Amino acid sequence: MSPMRCAALLAGLLIVASAIAGASEDLPREKQRSSYDDMAPATRAMQDADTDNPGMLWVLDGEALWRAKTGSAARACADCHGDAKQSMAGVAARYPAFDAKRGGPVTLEGRINACRVENQNAQTLAYESRELLALSAYLALQSRGKPIAIDEKKLGETIAAGRDIFRQRQGQLNLSCAQCHDQHYGGKLAGNTIPQGHPNGYPLYRLEWQTLGSLQRRLRNCLTGIRAENHAYGSRELIALETYLMWRARGMSMESPAVRP
Amino acid sequence: MACAATVALAAPVCAQNDVKSYEVRGDAIPQSLTGTTGDPTRGREIVTNRFVGLCMLCHTGPFPDVPQQGTLAPDLKGAGTRWSVAQLRMRIVDSSRVVPDTIMPAYYRTDHLQRVAPQFRGKPVLTAEQIEDVVAFLATLKEN
Ligand code: HEC
Ligand code: HEC
Ligand code: HEC
Repeated sequence: MSPMRCAALLAGLLIVASAIAGASEDLPREKQRSSYDDMAPATRAMQDADTDNPGMLWVLDGEALWRAKTGSAARACADCHGDAKQSMAGVAARYPAFDAKRGGPVTLEGRINACRVENQNAQTLAYESRELLALSAYLALQSRGKPIAIDEKKLGETIAAGRDIFRQRQGQLNLSCAQCHDQHYGGKLAGNTIPQGHPNGYPLYRLEWQTLGSLQRRLRNCLTGIRAENHAYGSRELIALETYLMWRARGMSMESPAVRP
Repeated sequence: MACAATVALAAPVCAQNDVKSYEVRGDAIPQSLTGTTGDPTRGREIVTNRFVGLCMLCHTGPFPDVPQQGTLAPDLKGAGTRWSVAQLRMRIVDSSRVVPDTIMPAYYRTDHLQRVAPQFRGKPVLTAEQIEDVVAFLATLKEN
C-alpha cells in the first residue's frame, strides 16, 4: 500500500469517528445541573454564606472601584450608571451580548473595558487582574439568582462557532469538551467529579487556585489538561466558547461569585 | 517501507514523528515495538502515575496504593486474562482502531491530532519502550 493510500484509509476512519461525535446533541435543558449540586456540604456552605465566601472580598473591591473617579475623564462608573443594584440587575446574566457598534459579541469583561476606554479615558484592564475580577464580580453579583438568558437570535453565529469548538477533539489526548461535559458528566476523572461545565458561577473562587478567576481562566485550564494549544484571553475562540456555554446553560440560576473545589 | 503491506489482512501504519511503523493484524499488534519484552515493574509505575500513564484518570484497577481512581473506563483487573499481549499492545498504541469513538487517547500516534500544545507536538504520549513496559505489566494482571 502506498503512503497516500495509507493516509486516506486513516482519514476515512477519522471521518467515521467524527460523524459519530457530530451526531451528539446539545445538553437538554431538563438535564442541566450546576456543579454546586455535586459539591461537598462544606464547600456549598462557603458559597452560601456571604461572610464565608472569599469571593465577597473581590465584590467589596469592585464596589469601591464602581464609585471611584477613574481615568483622565475623572468619572466613576456610578456617575453614569448610578446604583449598580438597580442599573446592573440581571445584566451579567445576558452576557456575552451582541455589541451593535462592533458588530460582534462582547463579554462582560469586554464591556467593562469598553466603558473604561470610551467613557473614562482609562486603560483597559487585563484578564485576571485584581481590578477586572473585582468589577466583574461586583456586576455578576447583581445577577445572582437570575436566570441566564443571552440574545440567541443576534448571537446565533457565535453560538454555532462555540458549539463547533466544544465538539472538536483536540490536543495530544484527543478529547473534546463534549466528551467530558456532555457524555461523561457525573463520572470521576481521577478523584474529581466531571461537571457539566456550566458558566453560571463566574467569576468564582476556586480552592485549587486560592483566588478568584474568570470563566476564560477555567476554559484555558481544561485546554491545558488535554494538552491542547491554548487560546489567548479575549480571543475569538474563547469568546465563542463562553457564548455557547451561556446559551447551553440558558435558564440556569447565576451563582456568582460561586465557590468551586 | 513504512507503508508496505507484507501480509494480507495486515494493515501497516505509517511512521510518524517519533513513532516507528508497526503492523496491525486484526485487533492486535503481534510484534514488540522495541523488539524486546518490557519491564513490568517500570510498567506499573507508568500505569499508576497520574501524570505519566494517565491511566488512573479514567480506569480503576487492583492498586490499593493508588487513591482517587477514575470511573470512566473498565477495571484493569484481569486485563491480562481478557487480552493477549498483542491485543493489549493495540489497545495502548491506538485504541481507536478497536473502538473508533473511544475517549482513551492513542498512546503511540502523532498524526490526525489537532491543536496539540507546542511542547507535545510530534511526540506520542508514551515512547515505544514505555508502551512495552505497560503491556508487560498489564499481562501480569491475571486475577479475575
Ligand atoms: C460616561 C458615562 C459612563 C461611564 C463613566 C461608564 N459607563 Fe458603562 N455605559 C455607558 C453607556 C452610555 C452605556 C451604554 C453603551 C452602549 O449601549 O453602547 C454603558 C454600558 C455599560 C454596560 C452594559 C450594560 C447593558 O445593559 O448591557 C456595562 C456592564 C457598563 N457600562 C459598565 C460600566 C463600568 C463597570 C464602568 C466603570 C468602570 C462604566 N460602565 C463606566 C456609560 C458609562
Ligand atoms: C478530560 C475531561 C475534560 C475535558 C476534555 C474538558 N473538561 Fe472542563 N472540566 C473537567 C473537570 C474534571 C472539571 C472540574 C474541575 C475540578 O473540579 O477539578 C471541569 C470544569 C469545567 C468548567 C467549570 C464548571 C464550573 O462549575 O465551574 C467549565 C466551564 C469547563 N470545564 C469547560 C470546558 C471546556 C469548554 C472544554 C473544552 C475546551 C473542557 N471543559 C474540556 C474535565 C474536562
Ligand atoms: C481518557 C480516559 C482513558 C485513559 C486516560 C486510558 N483509558 Fe484505557 N480505556 C478507556 C475506555 C473508555 C475504555 C473502554 C473501551 C474504549 O472505549 O476504548 C478503555 C479500555 C482499555 C483497555 C481494554 C479494556 C479491558 O477490558 O481491559 C485497556 C487494557 C486499557 N484501556 C488500558 C489503559 C492503560 C494501560 C492506560 C494508560 C496507559 C489507559 N487505558 C488510559 C479510557 C481511558
